Amino acid sequence: MTIEETEQEIVDEFELFDDWMQKYEHLIELGKSLPIIDSKHKTEDKLIKGCQAQVWLHSELKDGKIVYTADSDAIITKGMVALMVRVLSNHTPDEILNAKLDFVDTIGLKQHLSPTRSNGLVSMIKQMKMDAFAFKVKSE
Amino acid sequence: MNATKTIDTTGIDIEKIRADFPLLSRKVNGKPLVYFDNGATAQKPNRVIEALNHYYRFDNANIHRGVHTLSREITLAYENARNTVRKHLNAANPYEIVFTKGTTDSINLVASSFAKKYISRGDEVIVSVMEHHSNILPWQQVCEERGAILKAIPINEAGELVMEEYYRLLSPKTKIVAVAHVSNTLGTINPVKEIIAAAHAKNIPVLLDGAQAVPHIKVDVQELDCDFYCFSAHKVFGPTGVGILYGKEKWLNAMPPYQVGGGTIKTVSFEKTEYADLPLKFEAGTPDISGGIGLAAALDYVNEIGLDAITEYEHGLLQYATTEIKKLKDVKIIGTAKEKAGVLSFAVEGIHPFDIGTLLDQLGVAVRTGHHCTQPLVAFYCIPGTVRVSFAFYNTKEEINIFIEGLEKAIRMLK
Repeated sequence: MTIEETEQEIVDEFELFDDWMQKYEHLIELGKSLPIIDSKHKTEDKLIKGCQAQVWLHSELKDGKIVYTADSDAIITKGMVALMVRVLSNHTPDEILNAKLDFVDTIGLKQHLSPTRSNGLVSMIKQMKMDAFAFKVKSE
Repeated sequence: MNATKTIDTTGIDIEKIRADFPLLSRKVNGKPLVYFDNGATAQKPNRVIEALNHYYRFDNANIHRGVHTLSREITLAYENARNTVRKHLNAANPYEIVFTKGTTDSINLVASSFAKKYISRGDEVIVSVMEHHSNILPWQQVCEERGAILKAIPINEAGELVMEEYYRLLSPKTKIVAVAHVSNTLGTINPVKEIIAAAHAKNIPVLLDGAQAVPHIKVDVQELDCDFYCFSAHKVFGPTGVGILYGKEKWLNAMPPYQVGGGTIKTVSFEKTEYADLPLKFEAGTPDISGGIGLAAALDYVNEIGLDAITEYEHGLLQYATTEIKKLKDVKIIGTAKEKAGVLSFAVEGIHPFDIGTLLDQLGVAVRTGHHCTQPLVAFYCIPGTVRVSFAFYNTKEEINIFIEGLEKAIRMLK
């Protein structure tokens, strides 16, 4: 599945919900299903800055594709991380760097989460892309 | 409203009061707003909004310098505002009231200016573990600059200062004690009279951070005998960007100016500058004139309702909320001091405060989550932060019910 296809899948999923409580319930469920990061990666240098709730992100390159694992101590934040991991994980650094991630706006996440959270989300995406860039530079 | 019937023994006419605050009728996320973030900033009554409006429509001129009518009028109004603050704090003299940008600015002023004259290598400054960062960082910075040591009074599990430790910390090296009158995270009302008396017995001055006290309880600086008292207008229903430093005349006279510039001088030459008398020595540049006038309007409003009634009414809200929240499983109240004002902080077992705050917001309930700029305190409790509900006299029991229902719902969703 391409990044765009996964994004569309998420948009379709969120369209099923009538109100925001349902959307949050879904987000919470997604958070619970997130593959937990290996505890050896839950270190200070894996912490994403700008997020008030703590988020850890670990990136690995496997067969030219990046695999992300992540965690957060806040479950809604974890749900947001889960969405990002689902969209971006198992893609090449180039694909990740070119991803527009419009779905965040489309499903209303960015607008409905408070600025603090929103900044966290922005920082998280930035970090995922920075890791992709680092892998790209290394492999060239 | 039931609230009016059940808790109007204090004389608070809740419906009339709520009608004075236009923002309270707003809807948030399609729900009527329940504003429980008063500790961060309070909403403004029409009286204050109108005072600001009137100032810019009819009164705007610069103060303390023009000979023209507008300038004279507004200078008088600004000085009247200063006197309103003086009366509110029962300070002895209007020139002991300095207008600042807010509590943080007031504390920075004292830390910087006091340290220049009185703090040197090896000296000590005492704060407490429950302080807001604004009453830690200015002292930490001057201590670093001057080679002095910052000491902190510890707290017990209930969120009360351990007074024996305070007595132990007071030493001949102590130059100043700076503590919160009321804790912004816990709501603890500190035994400030005792703190001041003990410090004064050793000729040590005391600064009180009154940001969370002035909106809730009567403050009499002469009765407390504090040396400095700081608060912000915006937390006491006034405008943002203006605050107060009360300082005893003897200290303010002895301290050098903090910032210098227009308005702070008597005569200037390149050889020597003679600074103005109090309080102008500490008021460099054109101040927030409308802010000062707005603050006076806010204090007048508060005094018409009466602080005794406000304290009693809010105590009722706090007790009710505390009783109701205790019924919920897995909720732990953070801060269970005997004397508390306006604040109910809590943690929910296994749930991050941000998640609760986010879901409550969807239900129109505004609370604060996180460390509340008191990281050393939050570290003491070994939690990522708290959810803080902070009241004002316009809040009601019905709102508490909405909040409790919302909290139950949030916990159900998050567990």
